[in-house]
Amino acid sequence: MQIIKPGVNINFIDKRKFFQTLSVAIILLGVVFYFIRGGFNFGIDFAGGTLVQLRFEKDTSIEAVREGLKDISLGDSVIQHFGSDREILIRVERSESGLEGMQTRIKETLKKHPEIGKFEVERTEMVGPQVGKDLRKKALLAITYALLGIIVYIAWRFQLKYGIAAIIALVHDVLVTLTAFTVTNREINLPIIAALLAIIGYSLNDTIVVFDRIRENLKARRKEAYEVTINTSINETLSRTLLTSITTLLVVLSLFVLGGEVIHNFSFALLVGVIVGTYSSIFIASPVLVIWQSKSKRKSLL
Amino acid sequence: MKKDLNWRVILIIIVLGFAVWSALPLKDKISLGLDLQGGMHLILEVETDKAVENAAFRMLDNIKNDLRKERVRYTTLRKDENNTIIIEPREEKDSPKIEKIIENYPLQKTAVSGEGKQGYAFGSAHTKRIKENAVDQALETIRNRIDQFGVNEPTLQRQGKDRILIQLPGIDDPERAIKLIGQTALLEFKLVNDEYGLDKALRGNVPTGHEVLYQKRVDKVTGSVKQVPYLLKKRALLTGEYLTNAEVRIDSQQFNEPYVLIVFDKTGSRLFKKITRESVGKKLAIILDNSVYSAPVIQEEIPDGRAQISGMFSMDEAHDLSIVLRAGSLPAPVKILENRTVGPSLGRDSIDKGLNSMILGGILVIIFMFIYYRFSGSIANLALFLNIVLIAGAMGYFRATLTLPGIAGIILTIGMAVDANVLIFERIREEMRLGKTVRASVDGGFSKAFLTILDANVTTLIASVFLFQFGTGPVKGFAVTLIIGILASMFTAVFVSRVVFNFALSRVQVKKLSI
Repeated sequence: MQIIKPGVNINFIDKRKFFQTLSVAIILLGVVFYFIRGGFNFGIDFAGGTLVQLRFEKDTSIEAVREGLKDISLGDSVIQHFGSDREILIRVERSESGLEGMQTRIKETLKKHPEIGKFEVERTEMVGPQVGKDLRKKALLAITYALLGIIVYIAWRFQLKYGIAAIIALVHDVLVTLTAFTVTNREINLPIIAALLAIIGYSLNDTIVVFDRIRENLKARRKEAYEVTINTSINETLSRTLLTSITTLLVVLSLFVLGGEVIHNFSFALLVGVIVGTYSSIFIASPVLVIWQSKSKRKSLL
Repeated sequence: MKKDLNWRVILIIIVLGFAVWSALPLKDKISLGLDLQGGMHLILEVETDKAVENAAFRMLDNIKNDLRKERVRYTTLRKDENNTIIIEPREEKDSPKIEKIIENYPLQKTAVSGEGKQGYAFGSAHTKRIKENAVDQALETIRNRIDQFGVNEPTLQRQGKDRILIQLPGIDDPERAIKLIGQTALLEFKLVNDEYGLDKALRGNVPTGHEVLYQKRVDKVTGSVKQVPYLLKKRALLTGEYLTNAEVRIDSQQFNEPYVLIVFDKTGSRLFKKITRESVGKKLAIILDNSVYSAPVIQEEIPDGRAQISGMFSMDEAHDLSIVLRAGSLPAPVKILENRTVGPSLGRDSIDKGLNSMILGGILVIIFMFIYYRFSGSIANLALFLNIVLIAGAMGYFRATLTLPGIAGIILTIGMAVDANVLIFERIREEMRLGKTVRASVDGGFSKAFLTILDANVTTLIASVFLFQFGTGPVKGFAVTLIIGILASMFTAVFVSRVVFNFALSRVQVKKLSI
């Protein structure tokens, strides 16, 4: 079976302006939403705060829970359903009455309101503001170091130019994924950073496959214009780029559908990341090499 | 060729056998993270500044005694907010005497404002040592408390300068655990001052050397809570330091209420005897962490060093109190920086959901590979299966912890492991289109794809290693399974599937490869 027939020849390089504009537009959309929302929607891992997840015996409305909790000053808080109408998630970001005993206070207060229904505490989390700040810094460092490590490796195995082109594509992937998060107003927590790093690693797989072919072809077809060679390389590897993405998408999709609410945002990040990573390997990473090349000589890509 | 194949087959069998041996029985070899089995994850901060302050206070007490012994009179003897001890002798000629006393303490002279005043402070090395000790001691004390409380396989680790990481699997009453771990449990005995007049003290005129502390009284009938004030002499006559034992007893004479019986060591018993002898008729308050538990009247001298703490506990409370008293007090208060607790039902639910998505994802990939590559796809599927066996083996061998993101990592690996086979198969197809024989195509496909696969996997490894470095708990689990999965896939997708191809090709003369 073949999805992409051999000998396919789509002119990706010619259309690169269009796709670059598209990517920039998406990222700008993310920037706009970033400002509309007043920054990223950091979860308690990064913002600090308290979270309580309750499972009620029967479906319970958010209003009933909010009403029951009105006696304690929750402060900056969100109450929402989590996966089903029986599950309630209460998130308190800051409160004058302090976070340390907040979980107990929420639990005790709701117990005094039997009309809301019986419940069981499934999960509680409390992260102090200092820890949140530390984690934010560490997350940023982890991503930066990973990108630097990758530049060095690719510069060593290929050339610095390839390394930089790959990094541009990876930063693009991270930014587009973050855009998806700000637009849908999803929470960014620790696992999302894990997903971003996995995306970085994954997107690179496809990019390297193309780069490898570009290098091989540049050596073999010395008379051809480099744009043509690069374009041919993208086409020749197109089927495997898509196939590897399909297999990964299959598993990520099943995680997204069946994995449950706890890792829903995590699998959402992976889902977006795998798609964007594939897109960037074809439309961003290699065309960036072309832009580079138009200013210097063909030989320097070998 | 045949010989060549043999050692490869043997290697594969050895590796797989070792993996299976390491992984089985799964239940014992692979532990579940707190997010899957339920439990509590805590990060505490020891308030080490408080430990330094306490040390300074103790030193101040000792110096006061020494000054009295040496008959040095002073106009000032106090500790400022930087823990500098400030002494001002009444007469200038006493300065050398003071300096001589100070020589016995780990103090360094520092400049302070005010004429005639002498300042002494801890050196930075000593301050550091106090802080270090405080964290070590807190860790030890908390470990003791948890051990006595009885938790299966708790984890306690020092983290950084002043933090302690605690993981308690399967805790069913998180609040009780927090109380047990987090309370300082400083037990003190102080005399009650009934002569001065409590009202005056409550109006703000607390006499020097005294303090007002409260007792919480719960009305049995109405359940209302009352705070009863006591005027106490600030100096603790005796502390929990001298305890040898504390146990729960039931008061059979009155209401069958539990109380905690404490037993002092030799020094403690002597002190207790002296206190009770000298203060018959007065009230002696028993204070835990600055709240009064009870303040019984001393009826007579107590020679045997035994006392009871009563104060309307539940059985659990009495039990926990006896634990913290036995384990000793924390050298400084602790603050909870992070607390994550997952109930067992959510954990169970997460395991089910993780396994379900793993099974669905695996089946989809297997079907896809078979439809797309037929016979060759089946080889990739076999490699995929072996890959999972290897992941289980490696996790068992390293006693790794499986978390929900860790399961996600395995799922992702399933999708990515076959990628290597896709790259190889596409190469083989390419070679075949060039008109090469099956064997040449297979050889060419494997060798040409190899470096690409290596490069692609190394970069993913780089990202995973940084993730591992950064991550805590569940996230670390993701990095672990991803790293193991990538390494295992290099073996199964490249090495094992090659051997299977070669084996198949050496058996039958194939004109056309099903790929």
